[in-house]
Amino acid sequence: MTTPAVDWFALSPTLALLAAAGLALLGSVLVPHRATRVFSAVVCALGFVGAGVAAGLLYWKSPNATLEVADAIRRDRFGALAQIVLAGVGFLAVGISYAQRVRRDHIGEYYALLAAAGGGMVFLVEAQNLMTLFLGLEWFSICLYILCAIEIDRVGSLEAGLKYLIVGSFGSAILLFGSALVYGATGALEFGEIAAAIEQGSLQDDGLVLAGLAMLLAGLGFKASAAPFHMWTPDVYEGAPTPVTAFMAAATKAVALVLTMRILVTAFPAEEDLWTIAVAVIACVSLAWGNIAALVQRNLKRMLAYSSVSHAGFMLIAIAANNELGGRALLYYLIPYSAASLGAFAVIAARERELDDRVTLENIGGMGWERPTLGVAMWIFMLAFAGLPLTGGFVGKFYVFAAAYDRGWWWLVLAGVIATAISLYYYLAVIRAMYMRLPSELALAPAGGSPPREALLSASVVACAAVTVGSFFVVEPLIDLAEKAASQLPF
Amino acid sequence: MDDWLTTVLIALPLVAGLAVWLLPWSNRAAASFALLAALVEVGVWINAVTRFDFDGGLQLDQQREWFGDLGVSYHVGLYGFSLWLVGMSVVVMAAAIAYAFWVGRERSRAYFGLMLFLTGAVVGVFSAQDLLVFYVFFEAMLIPLYVLVGVWGGPGRMGATIKFVIYTMAGSLLMLAAIIVYGLSEGTFDLVEGGTSTNEWAFLGFAAAFAVKAPLFPLHGWLPDAYRESSPEVAAVLSGVVSKAAGYGFLAIAIAKFPEPARDLQPLLLGLAATGLVYGSFLAFRAPDVRGVIAYSSLAQMSLITVGLFALNDLGLNGSVLHMVNHGLLSAALFLLAGAIERRTATGDLDRLGGMARGRPALATVLMTVGVIALAVPGSSAFAGEFLILAGVFSVGWAWAAVGAFAIVLAAMYTLRLISAVLHRDVGPAVADEALDLRPAELAVVVPLVACLLALSVWPAGITDHISFP
Repeated sequence: MTTPAVDWFALSPTLALLAAAGLALLGSVLVPHRATRVFSAVVCALGFVGAGVAAGLLYWKSPNATLEVADAIRRDRFGALAQIVLAGVGFLAVGISYAQRVRRDHIGEYYALLAAAGGGMVFLVEAQNLMTLFLGLEWFSICLYILCAIEIDRVGSLEAGLKYLIVGSFGSAILLFGSALVYGATGALEFGEIAAAIEQGSLQDDGLVLAGLAMLLAGLGFKASAAPFHMWTPDVYEGAPTPVTAFMAAATKAVALVLTMRILVTAFPAEEDLWTIAVAVIACVSLAWGNIAALVQRNLKRMLAYSSVSHAGFMLIAIAANNELGGRALLYYLIPYSAASLGAFAVIAARERELDDRVTLENIGGMGWERPTLGVAMWIFMLAFAGLPLTGGFVGKFYVFAAAYDRGWWWLVLAGVIATAISLYYYLAVIRAMYMRLPSELALAPAGGSPPREALLSASVVACAAVTVGSFFVVEPLIDLAEKAASQLPF
Repeated sequence: MDDWLTTVLIALPLVAGLAVWLLPWSNRAAASFALLAALVEVGVWINAVTRFDFDGGLQLDQQREWFGDLGVSYHVGLYGFSLWLVGMSVVVMAAAIAYAFWVGRERSRAYFGLMLFLTGAVVGVFSAQDLLVFYVFFEAMLIPLYVLVGVWGGPGRMGATIKFVIYTMAGSLLMLAAIIVYGLSEGTFDLVEGGTSTNEWAFLGFAAAFAVKAPLFPLHGWLPDAYRESSPEVAAVLSGVVSKAAGYGFLAIAIAKFPEPARDLQPLLLGLAATGLVYGSFLAFRAPDVRGVIAYSSLAQMSLITVGLFALNDLGLNGSVLHMVNHGLLSAALFLLAGAIERRTATGDLDRLGGMARGRPALATVLMTVGVIALAVPGSSAFAGEFLILAGVFSVGWAWAAVGAFAIVLAAMYTLRLISAVLHRDVGPAVADEALDLRPAELAVVVPLVACLLALSVWPAGITDHISFP
């Protein structure tokens, strides 16, 4: 038996993050207690920077897509661009996490797990066969299960971890079952070979392949928290420590959706007319369910959880379009969406630390005037979610709708438009709560001076806001990157 | 053509707005700087008029790549008719800012920053030559308005803002869908390069957005609350300036790019506009308060403008553009005067007002002058506009013109009712003897608007002969 040639360069983003995870763990043993927090946070941040740089080089040096490591991963710009986004998300998540009150003896683990989860994610977006798919998925999921439950003193956190573990494992099991069915029918693991086997064996109508495809979609739907596979999302987002929620909302969704697009386009082109409809239906259900459920939420984290369900719907529209424009749309959309959801949860984290309570529409009242930077940033994030101009969210939605129309599915555009109109109500409710309450209505009682200064958190929020607004003005270069990346998928 | 002037017109208020908002000004300094910026903006516009060649088409235009793969670019420029709309907007915005300066607003950095931002967005709407840029500015108007009404508005502001935003956005999003349909089938989003389309659904998408913004019957549900709950200068801007974005959109996009659907659906739009015209006039006649009268008259007048636009001939279009400028100045002046009255009496209730003319000659003169122009006395600029509109729509069908003429009679009724209820009759319980006449500062705000109206009354051809369409 021979060892396959390993393209270490293609794995370098993953390796950087694994190294950071290892170092952070070592640090919690070797570094003096006082310095653990700084040390592990810096190491973790450097890991994400390293991964980002490596992914950037990978993008630059991969003008042609190649299969590496015994065809287990695909070195291409599609994956590399997603890795860059993920690295950015992880880096900012470190900034948001820094002032979180994590128990001292868990600090090393916290950052180690964050880096390890990042490592699993950047590995997963390169996955090109069913084994690496499952490996990457479980790798980052297990890290996240623990991260959700890391505040063991809080019942909510434990509950979130447990719920995520059970539902997430259920999703993984379905995905694994689906993979087995597809393998059983086609005898192939690599996505390209699966497509070829379906083509040659005329397996388009084969029951095993269809069942497998459906289960793969469902499994990925769990991770992307697309309705109707989203039922864990509000509880987990609410219970998990807010910085972890921020990371999950941006990164997990990005990974799951990028991979959904990759596997559907490369492995199942022959089933195209089936899965495009299926994805479009899931998208519509997510849009409807997410937006309508968000309307009645008072708790901000739950509201944003449902909003993230609806955004999964928007990005699934891009996937359902199944054209190169859709690929561009998905990759572009991820940038402002990730920035906005990271930033929004960061603002919530700041308020949470200030009040030491769950953040609701009531107790966020007046925050816009009290903390102007965070207030304006939150405003920008809400506008981005709602897809209003002067934020990248607008351009993202525009591309998504354009992709759907390009495919000829105007009804999908209409569904997106209606969903956006509904979503305005609750996004603007946040701004209304922050700015438009009369002082007499605000029965706020946090005594004890000015809120804690959190320079790193504020800096991360400002960075998120800058990306959200910046991606509106510099569309051309970003779309150019996305275009080169998307053109490497076999649309 | 590469001319920075239009970009300057858009960017100057935006940059000034950012400066007001971000720099640590005192309240007074922020307000003064904002007023100065608004006046400079008027100066820049006058410069644009002097450089404008009214026989040419698109001028002072500038184009830069934004994202090329879908054919979207930053493209701005002015036609003859949009130049006048821009002029009306910058004048009204300057008056509104001056009024707010005189009244004094809390958190003035944020307030004046938003007012300037709104100015930039409005100018952007009137000069955008790319559909996506148009949409961006169209939506960008909404963001400052939402806050201006929601933070500085009256007690019912929450309900008013949410209704306003949901109505407007529902329309705008249909427009976004229509923009995508048009742009992707034409291969460009540029209004100059793009050809005409026969797609009725896309036309209806645009029409929906503009019908909400104008507003047209039956999409006017947001109007009374928004106009009553916002501060007077914001109401002036809403009805005077922002509603004109709808007229502009009908003219420059819906009619210019969809000639066939516009002709096919002409009866529908004329029908809605005529209904709104009569219905709005009756509501204005029945309204119990000053702002209500102005708000519903605004519904009626915007409907009349739409009637003129959908006459689909030169007379109607010319009249509509003239009347858009008229109505912008008129309703802004009326709302600012309503604000002045409310400041003196703490009410806008017509039952509790009255007899204010005695001992207040300036108020009486100004309100009377504005009112007389508003009811389209022959010789006034409003008369010129309405006459052209009726003449234009007469060639479509005499019945439309008859409805329009009837509505002009109604306009005289509600305007005279407003004037007599405020100025004449017995002195109302809310009118104290100590309530002062208009102060010099207030006159300085309103008189320029009235002067513009009088100038247009003397020489309406100043606009109608100096106009060019896409």
